[in-house]
This record gives sequence, structure tokens and C-alpha cells, in this order.
Amino acid sequence: MSTWPQCAMLYDGSFAGFLTCVGESFRVKEYPFYFLPPGVEQISLYPIREIPTDQALAKEVYHALETQVSATFRRLMTYSFLTCLPQRERNMFDLIYLAFHRAIPQDLTDDRILVLTRAIQHLTHEAHQFKGFLRFADYGGVLVGQITPKNRVLPLLRPHFCQRLAGEAFLIHDKAHREGLFYADHKWKIRPIDHLDLDQPDQAERQCQALWRSFYHTVAIPARENPKLRRSNLPKRFWADMTEFQGEAVSMV
Amino acid sequence: MTIAEKLTILTDAAKYDVACTSSGGDRGGGKLGKTIAAGCCHSFSADGRCISLLKVLLTNVCVYNCQYCVNRTSNDLPRAMFTPRELADLTIDFYRRNYIEGLFLSSAVLRSPDYTTELMIRTLSILREEYGFTGYIHAKAIPGADPLLTDRLGRLADRLSVNIELPSSQSLALLAPDKKKEAIFQPMAQIQTGILQSKAERQKFRHAPAFAPAGQSTQMIVGASGESDYHILKLSEGMYRKYGLRRVFFSAYIPVAESPLLPSPVDFKPPLLREHRLYQSDWLLRFYHFTADEILSPDHPTLNPLLDPKCNWAMAHLDFFPVEVNTADYETLLRVPGIGVVSARRILSARRWRALDYDALKKLGVVLKRAQYFLTCSGKMTPALRVRPEGVLRALTALEAPAIAPQYEQLSLFPA
Repeated sequence: MSTWPQCAMLYDGSFAGFLTCVGESFRVKEYPFYFLPPGVEQISLYPIREIPTDQALAKEVYHALETQVSATFRRLMTYSFLTCLPQRERNMFDLIYLAFHRAIPQDLTDDRILVLTRAIQHLTHEAHQFKGFLRFADYGGVLVGQITPKNRVLPLLRPHFCQRLAGEAFLIHDKAHREGLFYADHKWKIRPIDHLDLDQPDQAERQCQALWRSFYHTVAIPARENPKLRRSNLPKRFWADMTEFQGEAVSMV
Repeated sequence: MTIAEKLTILTDAAKYDVACTSSGGDRGGGKLGKTIAAGCCHSFSADGRCISLLKVLLTNVCVYNCQYCVNRTSNDLPRAMFTPRELADLTIDFYRRNYIEGLFLSSAVLRSPDYTTELMIRTLSILREEYGFTGYIHAKAIPGADPLLTDRLGRLADRLSVNIELPSSQSLALLAPDKKKEAIFQPMAQIQTGILQSKAERQKFRHAPAFAPAGQSTQMIVGASGESDYHILKLSEGMYRKYGLRRVFFSAYIPVAESPLLPSPVDFKPPLLREHRLYQSDWLLRFYHFTADEILSPDHPTLNPLLDPKCNWAMAHLDFFPVEVNTADYETLLRVPGIGVVSARRILSARRWRALDYDALKKLGVVLKRAQYFLTCSGKMTPALRVRPEGVLRALTALEAPAIAPQYEQLSLFPA
């Protein structure tokens, strides 16, 4: 553990903001005991430092993560930031502190690394699930899909869907984190979405959804019915956003 | 007939086909579509099976009369047929909305194998050439079709498969009199040659056309005829070696037809546990360096329903154990029940930094439920674990209990 005096850091919740905190902490030699994203009220025993995001400093830290430590380590950090691990910033900072002091644990069974690799496993697994379970609906040529993930999976879904639907225009709306991945004309953006109002889908779209529902229910073999297996492969938390479980003609087998 | 009715009829006819994998290919870069090497499941139906591909028949009008098949000529059921255009449009509609990973196209034999294959080729060329579709396509090669047509089909599809349907030529002669063993293996051999040839060409010329780049697979029905598990495993192993198949699928027989030659549909339960054990053995063959003769033998031709095949092997080879986690090589680790490919790799990389104990194994995510009986960490067994062979057997069998349906019977006070 460090001998630096401890503090709490308030930042804007972005990755660049977090990297700025790291840079600031090393500059003033203060150890952030916890991080506060905006909108989180917490009474603190530690002095609160408000850190405005500094893109140049963030870039410098981002670069240092690779040159001073390794590319693998930087990847570990960028992925960790997307996970839903409670206090992920604190866990990440602990490791960065060790890494910049040349004391990074190499052992895979070390708890400090393990907590992050587990969180990342959860993230990548969830992203893989959404590659399959995401459903689009056609709104006049633009495809709109809505998801409610636990982790921030949009950056991981981006390369997959941008290649897969290269010639289309689409929006993936992450309802849980209020973000959207926009794609059109081979360009993409991830932007916050406060509120999204969608019209009723048109006739052709409704028919296509009905076809899919009828395919879904026909392809199951009644003699092999196994609801438990289905639930473990496709947990119910995904169902609300999936076409086959929506609308009329849903038979709960 | 509307598209919806056709879709229902032709899905219903195709659902007994097992293969719904979209793995092994790596195609992309077109207007629409990309395949992932690991495959991708898009949904799971009420029977818990993965839905990855739009699995339909082009038509269920058939000239054959195979006893085990729903679509046999003598069966009275509604018949339908997609036009190539309808099916291609439906695939694109579903694919854009991310319902599916691609198309699984099979067909009953309409008029002749050649004619049917031509229709399939027509469908796939609309998808590939007109829509620029680069998603996954699994096509069934129709036995008896002209080799040139099969070749054309393979150039359009990612994976080809020929179903051998039944595990021996005797049952084939009995239940599918129109199909001959040779007629099934001939296209299989042709596809293998095609795959090897195109691989060699693509090493020299990057843009040489690919032929079934995701390989070929096959499937057989288990439980409709009397073959033993040993026979089935030997056959699968032989096909993996000889024809370089990617997968052999097993399908527990579900009575869809009444025939004096088949098990009676009354009170018949599909042999799901047997199918499960066969798949477990299949994994041992493909990923764990086992041979069929290690799993079973002519004297013990049936898989043990109470134990998975790897535990069964371990219980018969107790002299091989315990295995020392910190020194054993990869192949030896793979022999330990409960340790799979992922766990074995993690153990290898983690033990470079420190000697592993049971706590460390748990942290690595190695499941010790079965493995604990067969491992030592730095010479020590799990603390407070008593091991006698019959105790291990009891514990391992108890772990399998959820997979085995209990044989309960309602007792009655009154005579029936």
C-alpha cells in the first residue's frame, strides 16, 4: 500500500476523465481511495478533488500504459472500464499504481488481477450473447435494436455489427446505460441518448416479426421440451427485448 | 399458399435435422453478412436447442419412402415448396434483423436429385450474387446428384453435409430402401477432395474460389435400429479420419411414423440420455485425444448411463491416477475428469509463476467436483477427502443424478 495521502476524486465518468484522474494523482502524489462519477452523492471522510477532464493528459497516460507497462495491460484497463464491477475505478487504480511502480503481480491467481479478469470475462461473454440475442426492427430503412445489458457492451459490439451490416444504417440503443451506437455510410458514433421515442413499426415489419415468431415456435420439437435448458442458455432477462417473446401468439411452452 | 403457411410447413419438416451450427467459417467484407469462426447462437427454442440458422426445407415433396422420415411419400401431410426467390428474400429479411446467422438449406427430393440440387443452387446464387450476402450458408448435398452440381453447391455454401441417416448398411437397406451406403459416401468423398483441392489452390492464389470453407458434417439417427454405441463411435471415428469431417451429429430417434420395422410410437421415449453420452464421447474423440477403442470395446459395447464416458474411463484406469497438477503435461491433464481444454490451458500458464494448490485451482475456475478425486497438488490430495474406489464411484454417480430421469411409479391401493 502506498504512503501517499488519500483522497476521493470526482470526475465526469468518461474513460478520458478516469485517465486524467490517474495522471493528476501521480502529479500531486495523492492516492484516490474512491472515485465519484457525476450524479453520485456521497458523504466523504476524504478530501474531495474535482478533476476536470484533460484530453492531453489522458492521452499521455493512455500512451504510458502501453510503453511503461504493456499492451496487454492497457487492454486489461480499457476493458475493465466497461465492466459493471462495483468500484471498478478503484480496482483499476490499485493495479495501475503497482504497474507504474514496477510491482505488477504476474500471477494469474492473484486476487487483484483476478477480480478484473473475472469482470472482463463477464463483459465479453455478455457482449457475445448480445451478438446473437440483439433484435433489430426496420423503421423505414433504418434498423433499430434495443438492449438492456449489465455491462457497457456497445464498444465490443461495434466492430461485429459494423462489418455485418456494412451497407445498412442502424442504431443500437443501450437502455441501461443510456447510450446509442449510430452507424450509417461506413461511419459510426457512440453517443448518450436520454430519451428515444419510436413509432409503431409498419405493416411489412410487423409481418416479418410474425413470420419469425411462427418459425421460432415451429422449430421446437415437442418431444424434447426442456424449459430449464432454454433458461440456462437464454436467461429470461434477455426475453423482454427479443422479438420472439413479444407481441401476440406467444405460447409459453 | 402464403409465405407464412409455407414457412410453418417447411420448418416443421426440417426441425428434426440436428446441425444448426454456424462455426468454422470466416467470411465477410461484403455488403451484408459476416461469419464468426466460433459460431453464434441467436436464440434457443423451447427444447433448449440453439437456433443459429434459418432451418427450412426448400420443399417437402419427396419421391423417396424412408420409414423413419416425416416426409416419406406414403405419409399424409400438407406439402409445400418455396420458390428460390421467396426463400432468398426471407433469409435476407431475417438476417438484416439479426434473427439468424444464415441459412440452413435442405430439401426433400423433388423429381430427381439433380433437379432438387439445381433449385438449391438457384436460391444460393440469388443470395450470394444478387444480394452480395456473405453470411453463413449450410447446404445439404443430395446423394445421387451429379458431381458437377454438388461442386457448384459447394462453391456457394460455407458448409456441406451429407446425412448418413443410419449407422449401418443393413438398417439402411431395411428402413431406407431407396438409399444406398455407396451413394452416401460417394458425395462425402467428393466434398472432401473438393475441400482439400480448394485449400491447396488458395495457398497459392488468394482469390481462388473457396469450396465449403467451413468443412462438411453429417448426422445419424440413434435408437431407430439396433446398432451398439461401440459401432456408432467406431463409425464416427472412421469418418473423422477418412473424410476429415468437422462434426458428426447424433439425433435421438423420435417416432414420427408408424411402421412395423421401427420401435412402436406408443410409450416410446426418445433416447435422450444415450444421445447425450454419445456427444460426450464425440467430444473425447475430437478434443481430448481419446480413441473409440479406449472408450468402449466389443466386450463392453454400451456407454454407461450412470457415468459420463471420461469418468467411466478413469474408474477403469485408476492406476493412471492421481495426476500431479504441477508437473503433468497437457495430454495427461486432459485425461482428468472435470478438467477440460480451457482449464488445462489455464493450469499450464498459471503454474509458471507459482506452485498451484486447491485454492489456486478454484480461483482459476477449475471445477473440482469430479477432478478432486483424481488430482494431487504438490503431492497432497484435497484435505479431509477419503478415497476408496467404491466411494468415488458413488460420489460421481450422485453428480450425474440430475441428468438421469428418476424411475418413479405411482403405487395404487386398488387393483388396476
